[in-house]
Amino acid sequence: MARPKLPFEFLVALRFLREGRMQTALILLGVTGGVAVIVFLSQLISQLQATIIDRVLGSQAHVVMRPLEEANQRALNDPASIAVIEPRAQRLRSIDQWEAMVKLAEAQPRVVAVSPVVSGPAFALRGRASKSVALMGVDADRYRRIVKMDGYMTRGTFHVEGTNAIIGIELAKDLGVTVGDKVFVRAAGGRDELLQITGLFDIGNKDLNRRWVFTTMKLAQSLLDLPGGVSNIDITVTDIFDAQDVSERLQAGSGLTVESWMTTNSQLLAALRNQTVSNNLIRSFVIVIVALGISSVLVVSVVQKQKEIGILRAMGASSNRIMGIFLLQGGLVGFTGALAGVGLAWGLLQFFSSVYRTGDGAPLFQPHLDTGIALSAALIALVVGVLAALIPARRAAKMDPVQAIRA
Amino acid sequence: MTAIVALRDLRKSYGVGTPVETEVLHGIDIELAEGEFCALIGPSGSGKSTLLNLIGLLERPTSGDLAIAGSETAGLNEQALTVLRGRHIGFVFQFHHLLPAFTALENVMMPSIIEQGVATADAEAIAHDLLLRVGLKGHEHKKANQLSGGQQQRVAIARALSRSPRLILADEPTGNLDTHTADDIFALLREFNRERGSACLIVTHDPRLAARCDRRIELVDGRVAHVSSS
Ligand SMILES: Nc1ncnc2c1ncn2[C@@H]1O[C@H](COP(=O)(O)OP(=O)(O)OP(=O)(O)O)[C@@H](O)[C@H]1O
Ligand SMILES: [Mg+2]
Repeated sequence: MARPKLPFEFLVALRFLREGRMQTALILLGVTGGVAVIVFLSQLISQLQATIIDRVLGSQAHVVMRPLEEANQRALNDPASIAVIEPRAQRLRSIDQWEAMVKLAEAQPRVVAVSPVVSGPAFALRGRASKSVALMGVDADRYRRIVKMDGYMTRGTFHVEGTNAIIGIELAKDLGVTVGDKVFVRAAGGRDELLQITGLFDIGNKDLNRRWVFTTMKLAQSLLDLPGGVSNIDITVTDIFDAQDVSERLQAGSGLTVESWMTTNSQLLAALRNQTVSNNLIRSFVIVIVALGISSVLVVSVVQKQKEIGILRAMGASSNRIMGIFLLQGGLVGFTGALAGVGLAWGLLQFFSSVYRTGDGAPLFQPHLDTGIALSAALIALVVGVLAALIPARRAAKMDPVQAIRA
Repeated sequence: MTAIVALRDLRKSYGVGTPVETEVLHGIDIELAEGEFCALIGPSGSGKSTLLNLIGLLERPTSGDLAIAGSETAGLNEQALTVLRGRHIGFVFQFHHLLPAFTALENVMMPSIIEQGVATADAEAIAHDLLLRVGLKGHEHKKANQLSGGQQQRVAIARALSRSPRLILADEPTGNLDTHTADDIFALLREFNRERGSACLIVTHDPRLAARCDRRIELVDGRVAHVSSS
């Protein structure tokens, strides 16, 4: 057997822990469980929130600029719905000097993409079928940076020119058409056009799959009687949570109605925030319970090790070093438990992601563990371990060596 | 010759400031020379352990002067006392007081580990040598509680000697052992004392062993009652 290599405090701390097998095992189990719960919950909630936000923003611009409306914008503000920008026909107006507004938006910091859109209501007709749709005149290259249409295409590519149109799979089903077929579109004002279907998309939202009809801006302008105009300007920002900020600044700069996804989905955001708050509450409780567990086990250990502490003192160990031994025990238990807890959380994520799946068979969440979450959990456990050991460690340091030896 | 221990009018009271305040040592004046082998005898409750703990800097006197290896201890703080204790004093207790979580070898190395911060190769060599000298070859890697009482006390002696202290304080080191083993342990202490010149203050109830010391100090009711040299 080689001589021990560890520094004095580590050596004694580890031996003490090893000696108190059952206690050490129990408290390690407690810390492991606590850390696992925290990591698993945090990971789950952050993923679910990301998924929800992703879904919401999958078919929605981060920020939308529209002409000033005199009133009743409210109807569009239903936070739960995906905001389809669909001004009333009689109100359909263009943004004044929209080219300048596009430039203004593009010049803003944290703005990634800007896309003018000509949208308005129309009917798609084929045979006896007549469906109410939303005409979307876009510049495909610009628009694909607002809504990632390329990823949603089930047939054809997201590219419009001439009288080509791209429609959703639900509308195609309702009308009984597919790529290569033609569909007749009539706007509310009475103008109409025969469109050639060159692509189908599935945006993951039946309502939008039924309503959106993409054409060129020019075609939409003529159908909707908005010559040279656009009805709204869609904007993508770098960080989705910057959207409100960007929108407020654009509003001030342009004098237009500017709304961010955060306003349109304020109730959703509030719900997410509540979820975060309750998660933090659970986390705090778990941390307190784990800390109390470590503390109580070490308090017992200090009493049990009274004699050893006395011997170590008699052999020249200062009270500070005795304190160090117990702080280290707390830290070691916290850190080891944290590592095991992160491992357990990883296992739980693997297990639950394979068990719980969405309707279409995809995992409800990814079995992926965020390094940031894992690291901060480990760090917190280490700190909590040391803090929890503070009271027992001070007790150990204050212990009278003579009492210990006489006993 | 300088004194390794010098006490002047040393007093110790327990429960100071409480209704049960009692003075246990009533002014002790003792000097112990370097390399001296001295017995501390006296009836139970006379204050022998208390005196030993004071000299070992495990407790502070209520009043009086205590110098170890020429250093006055009265003005020293806890940290300085710890250093002084670590540097000059080795303890052997009645109930051996080994660390049960450590092996015999590690127990002997522990004072050095405390001083150096880690176990050095030198310390290991010294510990091996000491265990050999106390007759425990082959038992180095046994845990303390796997050894017999006599063996444990040998380990404790090896540990007390591991840093070649100038003073060994032994509180009834043979009190728990049969006569034969007690003689062995005593002989060991005497051997090391002669060989290395460590002074030794040994509390014992055994008149035979006391008679084999250089000097006997008898304590009665917290006072030095009698001193005799051989
Ligand atoms: N912590 C304490 N508080 C109060 N009184 C104490 C304390 N420690 C020791 N005493 C008292 O001091 C006196 C001397 O005790 P001490 O242990 O020094 O005696 P001793 O000579 O070593 O006896 P023994 O031979 O039985 O070991 C005793 O009366 C004892 O009750
Ligand atoms: Mg005693």
